[in-house]
Amino acid sequence: MLSPEPAPKAAPLSYYAKRKAVFPKVVSGPFRRFKWLMLAVTLGIYYLTPWLRWDRGAYAPDQAVLVDLANRRFYMFSIEIWPHEFYFVAGLLIMAGIGLFLITSAFGRAWCGYSCPQTIWTDLFQHVDRLIDGDRNAQARLEAAPWGPQKVFKRGLKWSIYLAISFWTGGAWIMYFADAPTLTVDFWTGQAAPVAYATVAILTATTFVFGGFMREQVCIYMCPWPRIQTAMLDEKSLIVTYKDWRGEQRGSVKAKERAPDLIGDCVDCNQCVAVCPTGYDIRNGPDIACITCGLCIDACDKVMVQLGRPRGLIDYATLEDCEHERAGGERRSILKTALHWRTLVYFGVWAAIGVGLLFALGTRQRIDLSVAKDRNPPFMLLSNGQVRNDYTLKLRNMETRPRPMSVTLEGLPGAVMWTDEMGRESASRELQLTVAPDQTKPVRVYVVAPQGTEEEEFTFVLAARDREAGGDRAETRFDAPEESE
Amino acid sequence: MANKRIDEATGVETVGHSWDGIEELNNPLPRWWLWTLYASIVFAIGYVIVYPAIPLANKGTEGLWGWTSRGQLADEMKAEDQRRAGTLAALAATPIEQLASKPDLMRAAIEGGRAAFRVNCVQCHGSGAAGSVGYPNLRDDDWLWGGNIKDIETTLINGIRQPGNDATRQSLMPNFGKDGILPPADIAAVTDHVLSLTGKSTANAKGSELFAANCAVCHGADAKGGRQVGAPNLADAIWLYGGKREQVSGSIHQAHAGVMPAWGGKLDPVTIKMLAAYVHSLGGGEDFVAAPAATPAAAAPATPATGETNAQP
Repeated sequence: MLSPEPAPKAAPLSYYAKRKAVFPKVVSGPFRRFKWLMLAVTLGIYYLTPWLRWDRGAYAPDQAVLVDLANRRFYMFSIEIWPHEFYFVAGLLIMAGIGLFLITSAFGRAWCGYSCPQTIWTDLFQHVDRLIDGDRNAQARLEAAPWGPQKVFKRGLKWSIYLAISFWTGGAWIMYFADAPTLTVDFWTGQAAPVAYATVAILTATTFVFGGFMREQVCIYMCPWPRIQTAMLDEKSLIVTYKDWRGEQRGSVKAKERAPDLIGDCVDCNQCVAVCPTGYDIRNGPDIACITCGLCIDACDKVMVQLGRPRGLIDYATLEDCEHERAGGERRSILKTALHWRTLVYFGVWAAIGVGLLFALGTRQRIDLSVAKDRNPPFMLLSNGQVRNDYTLKLRNMETRPRPMSVTLEGLPGAVMWTDEMGRESASRELQLTVAPDQTKPVRVYVVAPQGTEEEEFTFVLAARDREAGGDRAETRFDAPEESE
Repeated sequence: MANKRIDEATGVETVGHSWDGIEELNNPLPRWWLWTLYASIVFAIGYVIVYPAIPLANKGTEGLWGWTSRGQLADEMKAEDQRRAGTLAALAATPIEQLASKPDLMRAAIEGGRAAFRVNCVQCHGSGAAGSVGYPNLRDDDWLWGGNIKDIETTLINGIRQPGNDATRQSLMPNFGKDGILPPADIAAVTDHVLSLTGKSTANAKGSELFAANCAVCHGADAKGGRQVGAPNLADAIWLYGGKREQVSGSIHQAHAGVMPAWGGKLDPVTIKMLAAYVHSLGGGEDFVAAPAATPAAAAPATPATGETNAQP
C-alpha cells in the first residue's frame, strides 16, 4: 500500500549509515556493581589462570591449565586429556552451548550483558575513556573538538592504553599453550615460535579494534548470537524492559501535577539512553541492540527514587510479568520466573551431560592396548611348518610415570610370541615391557603357532605390573593356511 | 518514485521504491561494512599484481613475487632433502653390519627402505613382501642366499643369476628330464623321495639312491640345502615353486632358475642399504653374528627357494 501523496523532497537517500558515537555516562547501582564484579572475575580468570602451577611429578608439565598442542595433551588441574579422549572437550563444548540456552531461558541475554568478552573488554575500554577524556559530556566535547595539542595528547595516551591492554590480552592467550614463565622469557628474547608472535599480533589487533572502536557494532551487526537469541526469547523470558503503560505519556514533574491521569512516570530525562553502552533507547522496546546489562535500570531507579516514585519503570522482567503487573497483580519474584519448565528441561539436559562426563572421567582407564594385525600377508608359513602372524601392539601409558606392563596371550594354544628386542630365541607367551610416562609404545609382535593351527580368535591381555595394576584386553585374529597342502 | 512513508509495523521509513507493491525499509548498513568491501577490492588488486592471476593466450601473468606451485614444491623438496641429508650421510658412513647398534639410524633406514621397496620391489615380491610362486616371501625364516643384513645387501647389489657379474648369486640346477639325464620313472622315484622328507609320500630305496647320486651334491645328503650354492632346503615346509607332486617333479624335469636384477648399478648404495634394513626387519631377518655362511645343518634352515606360502591352494 502506497501513500498517495508524494513525500516531501528530502536529503538524498543513503544506504549506509555512519556509526553514532556512544559515550555512556557513568552510573552506579546494583547492576553496575555486578558488572564490576564480572569484569574483575572474568579478566582475573583470563589473565591469571596460565600462571597457576599444579604439581604433576617429574614427567609432566606443572602448569595447571595447559593446552599442549605440540604433544597433543590437554591439562586441566588434575585432569589430563589425550587426543582420543577429545569427547570430553566436545562434551564441555556441548555443555557450553546448552549452558547458553539455559542461561538465556532463565535470565535472558545474561551472557551478552555480563560475561561476553566483547562486553567485558568494551566495558574496560569505556572505563579507560572516562579516565582519560572524562565522563559522557567531556568525551562528546573532545570528539567534536578540532585536533589540537590537547586532543592529540589525550588520543595518543588513550590509544596507547588501549594498545597496552590489547597486547596484554593477546599475550595472555598464548600462555595457555606453553609453559607460561618459559614462554614469557622466550617471547621477549625473540626465541618463541613464530606462531606465538603471530597470535599475539592478531589478538592485539582484534582487541584493539573490536574493544576500542567497533564496540556495540560487533553486537548489532557482526555477532550471530543476538540473532539466535531473538528466536529464543519470548514473553516468558527475562529481559530489560520499559513499562510503557506506566511511563507513557512522558512529561515533566510539573506536567504530571497538572494532568496526573494523562502523564506517566517517565520524565524523559534520557538517563537510560545516556548510560547505555550500546547507545540504545530501551523505551523503543526490545531490540538486538539491548545486551540486557541493566545499567539503564540503575539509572532510572535513581531518578524514580529522587522523584519519590516507585522503582522499576525500567525493569528486569518478562513481558508476561509486565502484563500481570499492569493488570494490578503482585510482582512475581525473579526466581519463580527463572524456574519455568523450559529452563528445567535445559538444565536437565545440561546436567545429564555433565554427570555423564564426570562418570566417564571417574571410570576411564589410564592404560590402554590396541592391536593392528598385519593383513598383507595375513600369515607366513615358516620352514618348519609353523605359522606366523605379525601384529603391531600399541601400549598406552597415560600416567605420568613409567609403568611396567606385561602382555600375555589368551587362547591360541601352543603359540608363542616375540619382539624385535627379544629375538626369537626368547619367545614366550608373555612379554615384559616398560612403557615410558605419558607415552604410547608401539611394539611389533610376531606370534608363531604350531603346525596345523587353524584360524581363530584370540586375545592379547595387557596388565600393569605395579601396585595400581589395571589393564586392558584386545581381541584379534590369527590367520592360517586353509589346509596345508 | 519518492514515495517514502513510515512502515506501520516497524516504525521504519521506506526507501520510497515500490515494485509490484513490494517496498524496502530504509535500514542502512553501517558505513564500515562498505569499507570491508573496499578493503577486499584493494586486497584483490594486490593479489592479482603479486601472484599469478590472469590467464593469457599461452600462459598466465606471473605476478611480481614469482610464486609458482611448482616452485613451492621444489623448495619444499629441497628443504626435505636438506632435512634428510644428515641421516643419509650417517647411513652412507655406517657399515651395514653396525647398523643394528644405532637404533635411530636403523629406524630411519627401515622407513626409507619401506618407501624404496614400494617403488622397486613390489612388482615381484608383492606389496606385503610375501612373494608368490617363483618369487620368494621375504618375511619368512627361509633364505636361499642368507638372511642376515649383510647377505641381503649382497643379494640386492649383485642380483641373482645376472650375467657378467662375478659376485651375483649363481646356482645351476640341471634339467634332469628335459636334458635326458634321468628317465621319467627315475624322476618319479626322486619326487617320491623328496616328498617323503616332509611326509607327503612314502620313502623308496630307488629314489633315495638316485637322490644321493644326483642331488645330494648341492642339496646335501639330508636334503637341507646349502646357502653357498643357493640350494633350497627340500625337507621343510616352504616351496618356492610349489610343493605339490606335479610341481616338484616339474622342477626336477626342468629347473626354474629365477632371476633378480642387480640393483648395484641402478640404486645408490644408501638406498640399497635401506632396502636391506627394511627386508631384514620384516620378521625373518637373521642376526649378523649368528649367521656364518651356509652350513647345511644350520639351526635356521636355509633352503628351498621357497615360498609356497600364503594363499596358495
